[in-house]
Amino acid sequence: MAEPTVFELSSPGRIGVRYPVPDVPESTMPDGLIRNSLPLPELSEQDIIRHYTRLSKLNYSVDGGLYPLGSCTMKYNPRVNEKAARLPGFAGVHPFQPVETVQGCLALMYNLQLTLAEISGFKGITLQPAAGAQGEFVGVAIIRAYHLSRKDEKRTKILIPDSAHGTNPASSAMKGFEIVPIPTDKDGNIDLAALTSACDETSAGLMLTNPNTLGLFETHVLEVIRIVHQAGALVYGDGANLNALLGIVRPGDLGIDIMHFNLHKTFSTPHGGGGPGSGPVGVTENLVDFLPTPVIDIIEDGSEDMAPLYGFRTPSHSIGRVKSFNGHFGMLVRAFTYISMYGGEGLRNISEYAVLNANYLLSRIRNEYKLAYDRVCMHEFVLEGRWDDAPGVIALDIAKRLMDYGFHPPTNYFPLIVHDALMIEPTETENKQTLDAFADALIAIALEAKNEPDLLKSAPHVTPVGRLDEVKAARDLVLCCWIPDRED
Amino acid sequence: MFIPHTESETGEMLKALGLKSIDELFEDIPDKYRFPKLDLPPALSEMEAFSMVQAISQSNESTQDLICFLGAGAYNHYIPAVVDAVISRGEFFTAYTPYQPEISQGTLQAVFEYQSLIAALTGMDVSNASHYDGATACAEAGVLAFHHFFGKRPRIVISPSLHPHYRETMRTYLQGYADVDIVGDESGVNPLLHPDQLVSKVDESTSLVLVQYPDFFGRIFDLSSLAESVHEKGALLGVAVNPLSLGLLKPPGEFGADIVVGEGQSLGIPLSFGGPYLGIFATRKELVRKLAGRLVGESVDQQGRKGYVLTLTAREQHIRREKSTSNICTNQGLMALASAVYLSSLGKNGMRAVANLCYQKAHYAASQIARVPGFAVLDDVPFFHEFIVHCPDSVEEINLHLLDHGILGGYDLGCDYPTLKNHMLIAVTEMVDKEDIDLLTEILGEAHHG
Repeated sequence: MAEPTVFELSSPGRIGVRYPVPDVPESTMPDGLIRNSLPLPELSEQDIIRHYTRLSKLNYSVDGGLYPLGSCTMKYNPRVNEKAARLPGFAGVHPFQPVETVQGCLALMYNLQLTLAEISGFKGITLQPAAGAQGEFVGVAIIRAYHLSRKDEKRTKILIPDSAHGTNPASSAMKGFEIVPIPTDKDGNIDLAALTSACDETSAGLMLTNPNTLGLFETHVLEVIRIVHQAGALVYGDGANLNALLGIVRPGDLGIDIMHFNLHKTFSTPHGGGGPGSGPVGVTENLVDFLPTPVIDIIEDGSEDMAPLYGFRTPSHSIGRVKSFNGHFGMLVRAFTYISMYGGEGLRNISEYAVLNANYLLSRIRNEYKLAYDRVCMHEFVLEGRWDDAPGVIALDIAKRLMDYGFHPPTNYFPLIVHDALMIEPTETENKQTLDAFADALIAIALEAKNEPDLLKSAPHVTPVGRLDEVKAARDLVLCCWIPDRED
Repeated sequence: MFIPHTESETGEMLKALGLKSIDELFEDIPDKYRFPKLDLPPALSEMEAFSMVQAISQSNESTQDLICFLGAGAYNHYIPAVVDAVISRGEFFTAYTPYQPEISQGTLQAVFEYQSLIAALTGMDVSNASHYDGATACAEAGVLAFHHFFGKRPRIVISPSLHPHYRETMRTYLQGYADVDIVGDESGVNPLLHPDQLVSKVDESTSLVLVQYPDFFGRIFDLSSLAESVHEKGALLGVAVNPLSLGLLKPPGEFGADIVVGEGQSLGIPLSFGGPYLGIFATRKELVRKLAGRLVGESVDQQGRKGYVLTLTAREQHIRREKSTSNICTNQGLMALASAVYLSSLGKNGMRAVANLCYQKAHYAASQIARVPGFAVLDDVPFFHEFIVHCPDSVEEINLHLLDHGILGGYDLGCDYPTLKNHMLIAVTEMVDKEDIDLLTEILGEAHHG
């Protein structure tokens, strides 16, 4: 039985939240500016709780089980993070309060900037970007501003490997850049010859995801960076896969110029059903003046018995403001809390176990599945979801059948350069028993694919709904269950 | 803690891989840079970490301790307990973008209902699944308008009474779009102009006119004649709203707005020092294929059961790459959920009640402040819950004095508008009572004399 919508559950006159009557003399309302109808639903508080509780039960979540969505780092979200972000001394702070009254918020942000700089090897950090995609946008804007500041105006192209996330080209296009795709070689690395011939005086930068979306560390990363720098271009690092590198290698040390972090991936802030994320950006010393406004800085030095005064600063060649107020502060509190529980040495364990888990899982299923590039993987790996002796079965069928076994499917059909890609990222927070159970399910499905392919083609069987008609959704376009009726 | 491996399990896993140590997995990393020592404090237990973070939070003063008359785009409202109860469910907050609809119907239906609630509130046909915040929603409105006219109408007219952060963000986003020229808020322009005065800037090369309602100064104008003039020139009218005010005010859809954007923080989202908030984005149905961001639509499965899916994904970056309408990859999922729970719980009655409380209290506050010698309230235009006060001294000094009495004073408009030096923007919500307002008035009187 489908859950009705809040509009269908509505009963005229029912009250959900009651407010006090005004304690001030009544003022008149302005003529012609007051609405007649307000077509919102009317429910009781229990109606609301039951509705959303029932909806919640239709969701798969990290709390419910393994969520091996490649490139998304669906690790456990520690509950203390939630408690920290909800502290009244954080949640109740207005962004425009005088700086003297918000020294706690600013100190936390300042320390998080320093912490992320230390983890990544960058010199300057902005905490402003709202998500990874906005971090990319900031990075590309900085690349543009850097070249323009040097009067180097013919750099109109951004080089992007064919394995990159779709946000890379989309972010570059937003800044007016032309995209030059760079192919991947037979080992899953950037094709060095192609990169060399693509690099010239019109190249503004390379967007490099490392480990790349195949889950492989670029073996020739130092050479890649050297080639790009030699052409006068900058290297942008997509930090989506940073969960493989904490305490393992610092992107800034490798020579990468700019990188965004995804606090919602690497640093355990929850994915929230699709946001809010947080996408801070780190840059090398020669780019710090281009960071978006504001950055948090010490505006009055402290002394032995006086804390310094923290405040806002606009960098001298700032690309400008990218959102209102001060970044996704609530997410910053969560990430800061998380990092403090690992410390300088513990962070390395995160990546060690993320990579161990991925390699262990891969070892369990490598006889049953074709591996796109057969190397030691980092925190994730990419399989081909198809077999010659099961001709009708595609990756989507495997993904859907996994739901019957109680698992969230991996990312499928990405990266685009692998046929029927299944991109699997277990993260470090999964235990061996869960990995074994998932491997067993994948092995069972591989067998079913050959013997009972219809089981896969018709999957999932145990979910609240089956495969939905996406063509109908796009054609009929029902995006709203309240039809605007301006006469109401 | 969060890494569950026991020593013996790690041993078994390494053995399965034929390895002696985890370090062997990292041989692709250049030697010289492998395993850097990170100079960070040692690990804390949960108990220590929480107490450290709590101590940091306690060095702030917050709206819990202070009487808040500060707004300017972020407002101190009561959040019913039901909102946090719902968004604290792990089934919602530990899920991701609903790529697999069969096991994401909870999130998908919640977003579909969010879209419906926003459409109903704004009087528009469709809403997307949300943007990051009010500023980025304004920027995306500019991007939409640019693409709608295929780049052939590069001019965008914005009102000087659009939030300063929204205007700055639009400029950052639109640098790089060929020939885009953002006009209307130049330094010589009277920040308090009537929106109809923007018409003189609108020409055949204009794609979008963007105004705020209530505007940054809290003022409300009938936008119907502006809409008519903008449409005569073939351009789109965008309106940035405070959605809470629409519990009372005529929605922009009724004035003929083509795009409605806004900061959704007032709908059940904590102030949290500026984020995460919620970017509202709604349009007329003719623009739906130009919308950036996620959209959820209704469909059926093979057995005819109703269900929801992400739709029109062909616009998006993971398919269209550089040809997509935006690079946005997520939405503000959990914040959209919070606002949907807020809107559904308050409903018709509660939204009217809270908007009315804000309106009544703000008008009482304005009438009282107007009586304080040396202070003047600019109330020649109707306002919602925020208004301009001309002060006898610098706003900064007055605010310091108010702070001494536990009052968070208004926003200093001189920071953004040189001609509004010594002008304070006061916001009044349901969270203050008559005594608080009387105290404010009393202290303002002292501030002037003292």
